[in-house]
Amino acid sequence: MAILPSSTRSRAGVRWLLLAAFLGLSASFGYGQAKNSCLDCHSTLPDPFGVTQDKFSQDIHAQKGLTCVNCHGGDATSDDADQAMSRKAGWKGKIDRKQIPALCGSCHSDPAYIRGFNPSLRTDQLSQYLTSVHGKRLAGGDTKVAVCTDCHSVHDLRAPSDPRSTVNPVNVATTCSRCHADAAYMSSYKIPTNQFAEYSKSVHHDALAVRGDLSAPTCTTCHGNHGATPPGVASVANVCSTCHVFQSQLFDTSPHKEAFASAGLPGCVTCHSNHGILHPTDEFIGTGDKAVCTQCHTQGDAGYAAAGKIREQLAQLAVAIGNADQILGTAERSGMEVSQPKLDLTQARDALTKARVTIHSFNVDRVGADVKLGVAAAAKDYTAGQQALAERNYRRIGLAISLIAIALALIGLRLYIRQIES
Amino acid sequence: MINPSERLSAPLPRRRFVEVLLSGGFLATAAAFFYPVLRYLIPPKASDLGADSVVAGRVGELKPNSGKIFRFGNRPGLLIRTADGQYRAMSATCTHLSCTVQYRDDLHEVWCACHNGMYDLNGRNISGPPPRPLESYEVQVRGEEIFVRRRREA
Amino acid sequence: MNPLPKLRQWLDERFEWDDLIAPLREKAVPLHRLSYWYFLGGITLFLFVIQVLTGILLLLYYRPGANEAFESVQYIMTQVQFGWLIRSVHSWSANLMIFTAFAHMFSVLFLKAYRKPRELTWVSGVILLFLVMGFGFSGYLLPWNTLAFFATKVGTEITGQVPIVGKPMMIFLRGGEEVTGATLTRFFGFHVAVLPGLATLLILVHVLLVQRLGISVPPKLEVEWTANPSVKREMKFFPNFLLRELMAWYVALGVLGALAAIFPWNLGVKADPFVPAPAGIKPEWYFLFMFQTLKLIPPKVWFIDGEILGVLAFGVIGLLWLLLPFFESDHPSRTKRWITGVAIFALAYVAGMTVYGHFAK
Repeated sequence: MAILPSSTRSRAGVRWLLLAAFLGLSASFGYGQAKNSCLDCHSTLPDPFGVTQDKFSQDIHAQKGLTCVNCHGGDATSDDADQAMSRKAGWKGKIDRKQIPALCGSCHSDPAYIRGFNPSLRTDQLSQYLTSVHGKRLAGGDTKVAVCTDCHSVHDLRAPSDPRSTVNPVNVATTCSRCHADAAYMSSYKIPTNQFAEYSKSVHHDALAVRGDLSAPTCTTCHGNHGATPPGVASVANVCSTCHVFQSQLFDTSPHKEAFASAGLPGCVTCHSNHGILHPTDEFIGTGDKAVCTQCHTQGDAGYAAAGKIREQLAQLAVAIGNADQILGTAERSGMEVSQPKLDLTQARDALTKARVTIHSFNVDRVGADVKLGVAAAAKDYTAGQQALAERNYRRIGLAISLIAIALALIGLRLYIRQIES
Repeated sequence: MINPSERLSAPLPRRRFVEVLLSGGFLATAAAFFYPVLRYLIPPKASDLGADSVVAGRVGELKPNSGKIFRFGNRPGLLIRTADGQYRAMSATCTHLSCTVQYRDDLHEVWCACHNGMYDLNGRNISGPPPRPLESYEVQVRGEEIFVRRRREA
Repeated sequence: MNPLPKLRQWLDERFEWDDLIAPLREKAVPLHRLSYWYFLGGITLFLFVIQVLTGILLLLYYRPGANEAFESVQYIMTQVQFGWLIRSVHSWSANLMIFTAFAHMFSVLFLKAYRKPRELTWVSGVILLFLVMGFGFSGYLLPWNTLAFFATKVGTEITGQVPIVGKPMMIFLRGGEEVTGATLTRFFGFHVAVLPGLATLLILVHVLLVQRLGISVPPKLEVEWTANPSVKREMKFFPNFLLRELMAWYVALGVLGALAAIFPWNLGVKADPFVPAPAGIKPEWYFLFMFQTLKLIPPKVWFIDGEILGVLAFGVIGLLWLLLPFFESDHPSRTKRWITGVAIFALAYVAGMTVYGHFAK
């Protein structure tokens, strides 16, 4: 360690030039006009001591003008390693894991300070963290749990809105899975480690990662981020209903509300599961193999009958749409212009989508009302398809007449030729 | 050319038959040709519209604080007359699961009945599942008609 | 009394028209077992007339321009009575015409009808074939649908590969660096003004040459018939051959009507320059053999770019093809066999590549 500073000292003449260049450079990077000697050495050191200027310049803190000493203390203006990293100058060295939340909180819990950088940034992260399972365990002396830097990373900590950030919505699940999917690491906690695998199959993952819908939920949407805790049985429905408003309202009016509560069943996830929430199909309802209703209802009870009936209604509308779609497709392939009825068919499709929501009332009549609207719309489009096919037949009759006329002319010509040549 | 004596050599009724058949065939094919052509020349009642703009409605058709669905190409569009009488137009296909959205006069917002998605009067998604805003269109009132067209990139 | 002969006489006194059509009365068509091939030119001409008529009808409603073209064709297909028929006939007739033009060319080639003194008939015919393909290429874009848009993009891109003149030519065709509404306006101009003018002129020359020189007889028969004129068999052009030609036209009309009514030409989806090109984009079938060849040439042949080599090769082959009669012997008894070989190879190549291109991914 001592060799490096002495070798730099021997080249004092060159150093002034380098310093001038560095000052210019650092000014253009937009951080610390003040001299930062830490990086002089640490950028050449191997991990875990190495922090390059390139890496640190990516850090949101560096971009806002903070430097090493703001967290690690010490004297960055000194080129003497002993002086720079002296306890007297407030040098803290490597921050102890247990101290990290408090250290971050020393700024991030100070509304007056944070306001100077980003007035809308919240300052309750630390207090939230202290209520989380992670925070409580850390307080109890367990240093295996996540602290700020585990999720947000360190020295190249990016704003969450940056797609490369470890806490950008797209990356959150992967970040959590680094610990929660590691069976060996999690073995002492006796909780499952398949959440990430399950989530990866879910409709939410599909929406977020495949369809790029950043409002789709990831781990933190349901569990909270800084206050991460699994939602209790009673609050599951509330969590889901933040997005699935309709389903929740309908569910609250349904007989299941009471029944689930008294049986201690956690609302939504009873049927839809928790992490591996698959894209629901119509087969979920009813009395078939894949139906979830039969988990509780058995043949003979009223719920079993209602489930069968609702499934039948959905199937009826799906068939009506399918028929209309098919006849319009036939007409279109025969060259008929049916874009208007095809457009109108979206009404029937809307009704089906809506009926699939109304299912959550578990009320045959309410689903039936939606289905009826859809069936009527589909029937109208089916009629339009029939009319288009009738028009096609009209064309073909016209063609037949013309072909007969042409055939007559041909026969006439043939006979005439024979006549003049005989 | 044909020798007239040769022509006369065929029996008369047969010659008549061939003549009738030939001229009948010619006339019938001419009719089959001209009928569609003449019908084609008649201008259709529905006047065609220029391109990317459509007539979404007529002035006076919409009361303030109401909306209607119109056809925009092969998708539905939503024309809104706001409470203060302005016209707004946007795509009516919800960006969530492609249901057709509607104007809610009680909320003064655009609403999707399928999953309770909500958009403001500029088409921005403000609540519920919609991931993206609705494409908003340009509205022009020309005389009695309200024209709607895609916004051009500046 | 029948007023017709009187009217004819009246007109004849003013036009001197009997003298004009006198050669037509003298004209005879050689009769042999391959005489059927003589119908092809006439059928092509008939289809061209159909193109002109339906094209004029389409002009009543069609509007060029990126914002209007697709909509106006959609309007013709849905709102105008029998608009679907007129457009479908125009499209089908175009394809049939290109097919019959190719067939006519190959029949002329195999019957060796291009020999002296008919070299210019061949040259005008080959130029007409190029024009007809130009009609196809320019007309394909006019509905402004996605397929047409990208086919035009690829087609003009290939033109741009030609060294030195390629780039300016591409810009001339596109009316700019990219395929835009300006391209559509240009292609419309080519399709309805430039090409029809040129084609009509050349057809007149072509038909006049056929008229002046009479109809060719295959060399073998020609030798036979000159040696022994008594075996020579002929049919009068007017009315005997013309009536038969009329029958062929009627058959073509019936086929066209049936194709149009049963398989109306579809419209596709409006072109959007900002969507990615659909996978497996292909030109119309009559360009497929060239397209497929260009695809098969390796990217680098020796040190020359493969595509440039292909385009240049097609240019050279096209030119040699145009001048083919000048390689042929003047004597019917000493015709060059290698030309027949080349013709067979060309036919097999074009047909094979077209089929291959159709099924290739």
